[in-house]
Amino acid sequence: MALSKEDVRHIAQLARLALSEEEAADYAAKLSRILDLVDQLRQVDTQGVVPMAHPLDMAQRLRPDVVTEEDCRDLCQQNAPRAEGGLYLVPRVID
Amino acid sequence: MQGDDRSIAELARALRERSTSSRELVAASLARIERFDGALNAFITVTPEQALAAADAADARLARGEGGPLTGVPIAHKDIFCTRGVATTCASKMLANFISPYDATVVERLAAAGLVCVGKTNMDEFAMGSSNETSFFGPVRNPWDLERSPGGSSGGSAAAVAAGLVPAATGTDTGGSIRQPAALSGITGFKPSYGRVSRYGMIAFASSLDQAGILARSAEDAALVVEAMAGFDPRDSTSADLPVPRYVAELGRPLAGRRIGVPPEFFDAGLDAGCAARLREALEVLRQLGAEIVDVSLPHLGLSVPTYYIVAPAEASSNLARFDGVRFGHRSTAAGSLEEMYKRSRQEGFGAEVRRRIMTGTYVLSTGYYDAYYLQAQKARKLIAEDLRRAFDRVDVIAGPTTPTPAFRLGEKTDDPVQMYLNDIYTIAVNLAGVPGISVPCGFVDGLPVGLQLIGPAFGEAAVLNVAHQYQCATDWHRRRPADPPAGAKR
Amino acid sequence: MSGGWEPVIGLEIHAQLATRSKIFSGAATAYGAAPNTQACLVDLGYPGVLPVLNAEAVRLAVRFGLAIGASIASRSVFARKNYFYPDLPKGYQISQYELPVVQGGSLRIELDDGSSRTVRLTRAHLEEDAGKSLHENFHGLSGIDLNRAGTPLLEIVSEPDMRSAKEAAAYMRRIHQLVRWIGICDGNMQEGSFRCDANVSVRPAGSTQLGTRTEIKNLNSFRFLERAILFEIDRQIGVLEDGGRIVQETRLYDPDRDQTRSMRSKEEANDYRYFPDPDLLPLEISEALIAEVRATLPELPDARAQRLVAEAGLGAGEATLLTASRELADYFEAVLAAVGPGHARLAATWVNGELAAALNRDALGIEAARVDAQALAGLLARIADQTISGKIAKEVFEAMWAGEGSADQIIDRKGLRQITDSSALEQVIDQVIAANPGQVAEYRAGKDKLFGFFVGQVMKLTAGKGNPAQVNELLRRKLAS
Repeated sequence: MALSKEDVRHIAQLARLALSEEEAADYAAKLSRILDLVDQLRQVDTQGVVPMAHPLDMAQRLRPDVVTEEDCRDLCQQNAPRAEGGLYLVPRVID
Repeated sequence: MQGDDRSIAELARALRERSTSSRELVAASLARIERFDGALNAFITVTPEQALAAADAADARLARGEGGPLTGVPIAHKDIFCTRGVATTCASKMLANFISPYDATVVERLAAAGLVCVGKTNMDEFAMGSSNETSFFGPVRNPWDLERSPGGSSGGSAAAVAAGLVPAATGTDTGGSIRQPAALSGITGFKPSYGRVSRYGMIAFASSLDQAGILARSAEDAALVVEAMAGFDPRDSTSADLPVPRYVAELGRPLAGRRIGVPPEFFDAGLDAGCAARLREALEVLRQLGAEIVDVSLPHLGLSVPTYYIVAPAEASSNLARFDGVRFGHRSTAAGSLEEMYKRSRQEGFGAEVRRRIMTGTYVLSTGYYDAYYLQAQKARKLIAEDLRRAFDRVDVIAGPTTPTPAFRLGEKTDDPVQMYLNDIYTIAVNLAGVPGISVPCGFVDGLPVGLQLIGPAFGEAAVLNVAHQYQCATDWHRRRPADPPAGAKR
Repeated sequence: MSGGWEPVIGLEIHAQLATRSKIFSGAATAYGAAPNTQACLVDLGYPGVLPVLNAEAVRLAVRFGLAIGASIASRSVFARKNYFYPDLPKGYQISQYELPVVQGGSLRIELDDGSSRTVRLTRAHLEEDAGKSLHENFHGLSGIDLNRAGTPLLEIVSEPDMRSAKEAAAYMRRIHQLVRWIGICDGNMQEGSFRCDANVSVRPAGSTQLGTRTEIKNLNSFRFLERAILFEIDRQIGVLEDGGRIVQETRLYDPDRDQTRSMRSKEEANDYRYFPDPDLLPLEISEALIAEVRATLPELPDARAQRLVAEAGLGAGEATLLTASRELADYFEAVLAAVGPGHARLAATWVNGELAAALNRDALGIEAARVDAQALAGLLARIADQTISGKIAKEVFEAMWAGEGSADQIIDRKGLRQITDSSALEQVIDQVIAANPGQVAEYRAGKDKLFGFFVGQVMKLTAGKGNPAQVNELLRRKLAS
């Protein structure tokens, strides 16, 4: 399956990746190759096969409702590109 | 002699007998890293001060007679495991300055067992690659031939062990990332069953496939270390609440009566003739040891590459969404608006292969394509897992190649992602099914190591390790060492 | 609103579940902490961390499902809803998509005209809350506080069964009452513990097809919900009657302007790419757990109101008022138990009347009432045994509310005991008759409505303490003779 540059731009927008014009073309070519590879699956007869979301055939394990975590703000904010007054700062969010 | 040739069991015995000290072993390891990592580029971060302090603490425990079976032995961690207070980069520009505030469960457990971490090993960026060429910190070189790849994504761990820089190093295996570099670097690489080792603190690539394991010199060494890192972890709800068997106790069991399945699909046209010859020799050794070689069929094996290259990128596209430049990681300085910040930070912070997989994953999950790709891949995954499950009704382990060819040249496959992906053909089904697998050295082709892969049923690690160990008792391929690379400081 | 259009409304209510720790982490959920001090590594979406589901959140969801007669899924699945937003740390929200934990169910709502109707629920599912973006001025930047990230939410989705803003508000109130009643949510709308999105469309009356709907986000009061829906219905009818088309979009209600406006920034082609969260295996809920939760479920509001009608002989309206909250119903039943089963109407009148007014005046909840159930019962007992009249009782109640002591103490201290001694009352009545010969003559000549004048005079002379029934009877007798 061949992807157009438009398709590539749409996916890049969903994935929040900035693409240059040349990159869009390169992605269109390489992703099309990858899709050709995975397109083999479309021909497989999977009628009646139960999809396997996970290798473990187990029920989810739950935890008790106990507060176990302490404040780690100062340590964590050392990794923050920009933090002030305890808040993570980002370019203005427009609603 | 290329480094310390003793097994982990031997090192541990020497430590307990006080004929060597942890400081001595760790200092020797650090010295070899200093001397040879310039050529290999196996490490992203080396932590001499912390390592020597931990070695001294281990020696103190040993002196008081408090050491465990692994106390004082040096180890390295793949840089995908979070290590408190130490850079944890995942070989990405995105995390080049990231200091983890916590330890991964694997790191914590191995430290508790007394192993001393000397540093963090190089890898493919976010574990996405089969050659170690996608690392932001440059490719790792194969100690058997510096022009070749050690494999990936745990290539730094493989090269470090192969070159005798450390006796063992942790790795992660999402589609073969422990077994393939072990095969290409001539060492033993073991991936336990999905759920056996906690994923907490292991930076996620594809959550339903990722599993931690170990790269070491022998199945026995691997068994010793995996026993220390395995087991239920309440912080990972996909870790199995099952007791961990004493793998080491099972190693000595003779192979008489063991049934070993060999699927014809593993010996297809894609397998290099030289590798095929080494494998047939290996199977003959196993037969002579008393194992019964049985034909089994894995009819859907051919679907594993396309299935994997839908499932893994889909999960990765979502797992890597947290790298948005808000709370940690790279933030572009060029960004004006919020949208720009996201797009530029992610474009600049991720390398080409990571971006490609994010794009693929985003596409296969998007409206209109989910059923055709993702859901269909989940069904194919079921078919592949069922093939294996049926085979294990008849056999104890399955044997085959780890890789289609020996180590390839750096740069050889970088232009075509699909060529690179096809290199994973024999390892991927194991991850899709969540079963354990090991790669052990089984000879050479043109001076390059070849790996024998042994696969077991879910939570059947003991059988895999037993067969591997018995094979290694009868062969000495795993004792072969490459010549030391030219000494020189890291560029 | 034009008569030719029928509004169709469905609500999505987000109720924060009353757990101590978050849905997937061990961080505290308490409201009002300093920014980011209750956001642990899991809430921050740190590399390598994993979610582990809080068992209590599951129990609370099951509790809700049982309370609305829904089916509880024996197996449900958590999915990732993928989108980028600064207050969404992982770049996805863990929610439930194809297989929610609670499926179906229904709820009866009562309308002002006394009629009632049933609203069906589609589903209720577990999910994690996001953090908050603060838009105060940080050098032109926004500040992100992730304390709320990971707080457990139950998203309660109704069928489009409501036909007016009033019905929607009644339904929202009913859910609000229920979640507090069964103790799964504190219902605090100021703190955002209970908020609502409304899906609104209109169609020509008589049509069975649904019109294009808009979604009004984040309505955090009953009044705003009603106002926003009223505005939106009018707006849509206006657009359609002008020959326009409704655009499916998200809108925001502006209470200052009392109007809704489009949130265009959120509209750019969202594709959430839901898929099962590979970090979380299917959630299995056993029959044993369901039975265990069912056993702890309190008597529900409707059942309790019906019981009050049947056992205590209350009117349906009174019973509904008394079951507005479990605490109020408990209060009422405590009063009733203390004052005796024969005085249910008296107790209901007082709880719904004087007590409710006092609480309302001081903006207090029933749990903070300054007169507790035992004390109120003490007052009602004095009305019942005719120690004081209802009128005097109100004075006593105010004194009790002001903290001046028990009913008996206040009655004694202020000398408010009712005069029930017939000879004492007769003396006063004789005095009144003697002092007002003109009025007596007129009354006896047939001017019946002067009777009230005599009662007033007697009460005046007894400082309101004359037993009203006795005064009436004695007066009638004396005036007749």
